[in-house]
Amino acid sequence: MAAKGLREVGRRRAAEVGRRCLSGGSAGPPAPAAKRKEGGKAVNLFTAVNQALHIALDTDPRAYVFGEDVGFGGVFRCTTGLADRFGKSRVFNTPLCEQGIAGFAIGLAAMGNRAIAEIQFADYIFPAFDQIVNEAAKFRYRSGNEFNCGGLTIRTPYGAVGHGGHYHSQSPEAFFCHVPGLKVVIPRSPREAKGLLLASIRDPNPVVFFEPKWLYRLAVEEVPEEDYMLPLSEAEVIREGSDITLVGWGAQLAVLKEACEDAAKDGVSCELIDLKTLVPWDKETVEASVKKTGKLLVSHEAPVTGGFGAEIAASIAERCFQRLEAPVARVCGLDTPFPLVYEPFYMPTKNKVLDAIKATVDF
Amino acid sequence: MASLWLARASSQLARRAAARRPPPRPARHGSGQPTSSWFLGSVPQAALGSPALDTSRRGFCSVRRFAGESSAAAAAAAVVDEEPESGFAAGDQQAVDFPGGKVSFVAEMNFLPESTRERINCYRVLDDDGRTISGSRFQEVSRELALKMYSEMVTLQIMDTIFYEAQRQGRISFYLTSNGEEAINIASAAALSMDDIVLPQYREPGVLLWRGFTLQEFANQCFGNKLDYGKGRQMPIHYGSNRLNYFTVSSPIATQLPHAVGAAYSLKMDKKDACAITYFGDGGTSEGDFHAALNFAAVMEAPVIFFCRNNGWAISTPTTEQFRSDGVVIRGQAYGIRGIRVDGNDALAVYSAIHAAREMAVTEGRPILVEALTYRVGHHSTSDDSTKYRPVDEIEHWRTARDPISRYRKWVQGNDWWSDAEESELRSRVRKELLQAIQVAERMPKPPVTELFTDVYDKIPSNLHEQEQLLRDTIMRHPADYPTDVPV
Repeated sequence: MAAKGLREVGRRRAAEVGRRCLSGGSAGPPAPAAKRKEGGKAVNLFTAVNQALHIALDTDPRAYVFGEDVGFGGVFRCTTGLADRFGKSRVFNTPLCEQGIAGFAIGLAAMGNRAIAEIQFADYIFPAFDQIVNEAAKFRYRSGNEFNCGGLTIRTPYGAVGHGGHYHSQSPEAFFCHVPGLKVVIPRSPREAKGLLLASIRDPNPVVFFEPKWLYRLAVEEVPEEDYMLPLSEAEVIREGSDITLVGWGAQLAVLKEACEDAAKDGVSCELIDLKTLVPWDKETVEASVKKTGKLLVSHEAPVTGGFGAEIAASIAERCFQRLEAPVARVCGLDTPFPLVYEPFYMPTKNKVLDAIKATVDF
Repeated sequence: MASLWLARASSQLARRAAARRPPPRPARHGSGQPTSSWFLGSVPQAALGSPALDTSRRGFCSVRRFAGESSAAAAAAAVVDEEPESGFAAGDQQAVDFPGGKVSFVAEMNFLPESTRERINCYRVLDDDGRTISGSRFQEVSRELALKMYSEMVTLQIMDTIFYEAQRQGRISFYLTSNGEEAINIASAAALSMDDIVLPQYREPGVLLWRGFTLQEFANQCFGNKLDYGKGRQMPIHYGSNRLNYFTVSSPIATQLPHAVGAAYSLKMDKKDACAITYFGDGGTSEGDFHAALNFAAVMEAPVIFFCRNNGWAISTPTTEQFRSDGVVIRGQAYGIRGIRVDGNDALAVYSAIHAAREMAVTEGRPILVEALTYRVGHHSTSDDSTKYRPVDEIEHWRTARDPISRYRKWVQGNDWWSDAEESELRSRVRKELLQAIQVAERMPKPPVTELFTDVYDKIPSNLHEQEQLLRDTIMRHPADYPTDVPV
């Protein structure tokens, strides 16, 4: 039921919301927190994201979705049906300006709303870098908690897509991992995306949520239709093993999984961990795994130098030094801009990972 | 004909290059006048004039009509919109309704000149002698309100003097005065309601003072002691107060402008009888966030006032090296935003303009751009010696002949509402309160070191817990390395 006008929306909102303190953060209505929800209809990742957004707007009258082209459903269809259902004052296009989108979202969130901003491709989040790093991340800290923009979530398509070249393929997560005050979340599948996105939207901290666009249509699995959240800052062991620990996130996990299966044929038992949240990250789960296996391989599409794999490698070396039987391996994108025709050579492919597994196990 | 056009364009470029050479003093005039009407076509004056003054002669129609009811004040400044027609009228070859709006055609090649002959005029109520200009229309203020405004302007001035001195004495690390901009601070604040959300730059502590922030609270922030709401984390003058709806200041310039649009949109959605107001300097208008905010505000129809303090300088950079437009107010029209230029040294003009702007913003759900012309009398900050880049006699002229406090005082005393005796008593009392506040703030311990780790997130994550423990171990082993006024 589309709202008939601002006046009607306002009246309904006032009745539902009541008085709200500016710095009250964005405590939404309580929703079921659940792990490993079972069952549901098979859907792809963009549909799962769409379901999450419908639920977010349905359960919190102070939730808004905006960005470039979100009004008609978005260039990846993630916002389909939202404007019709919730109205153009809650789901709307903005002018084409990423720093404006982020700055507007911060102001909206600082007033106690849930601001769900879309940046059309992660490659174009950099015009908003100052707003995200200098403002969103530091808003609560610098004010002594007088103010916060915890209701902010910036979601954006992320990662390689086969033909995106320089500006439709980037994985900029490491830039944001060096910023205290932000959370950085990256799902690997539709079910994970829905639960993690709802958790991000309701988290009382600003979150940058990267959606692996390669998987928007290709990844299909059963996703519960109801409301559920998956916890942030908790990694998941998705495959148990005893010889080596593999850590990744996003679409790269599919590559890692294949490598694990091939390694098993050669008698190597791999434990695979989906990190899910990069900041603050789940050191304990990775540490426990490496203490068991004695070896670590981290893999991500982003370039190797300065990539988040370096943080994981250094932290685990510090914590598990006496247990490590081989140097930590990093299998990552090359230190070049993301190329078009050379994408197959650039990517940290299954066989690159497999070779590194063998080299590490045979060290 | 083509070669003639090119030749003229070439000479125009040459003249423009020459005109851009910086003058020995900052220019006080607009950029060069158009030199030819041949291809610098005449522009209807109304099209570039202030909407509030030239609405009846406006030469074009806006593409869309703003929502919201009109008030009496807004009606006086209302823009009459023409309904766009669709496509061609039969037989009419002179206009087409493009996606961007209906446009008439002309056979003559016209370039808009870079500026108009006459600069946008400036609203003023009080002349230099503190007398109301005949014919000026302004919002009446009661004696009580007038005196409160005056007292706060004086308080702000004295606070600046004393805190500036405290920094020179090394008692605080940094300070930044609002000298010469007291009317801008206090008069604009007086025209707002307490529900209006304020997003400052940094030279607007007077707005917070007006709203009830105490001198002690100012001192606590400047000293970064345990009573500072900001917990000692930001440099002095980065004040904030949730209770008073004054967003905490941050140093990056202009970032607060798009925040103000988001805050204003929230107020609109909540049907609050309130607007957001955000303050920024002339230098801030060069940041990309300025462009973002004004465009978003217009498209979103957000109830926000953009208040630009054009004080002529961004640290050492004069406005001639900041922009070549007719200041800031002219830019509002490019975004579809109503604007006004005000004498920033005239408290009554500022008060009246903000009063009207607020009413329009709230009742019509629209942004308003206000450019207050003034002069930065003080140095940019305690880190700056402005005599290195501007003449002392220029500073003195603005500090004396154009002082906003002096001008307003003349008006208040002209009404027999204030006396020299009351002036002396006020200054003495404020000075004493300030010295007391500084002494109290200075003796207060800093916040405990644990506050180094709180509020990064809503809860302290495990890595920060570990880091705090490591730090405490280090402090225990090497206490001499750390200041004793921060409790461990």
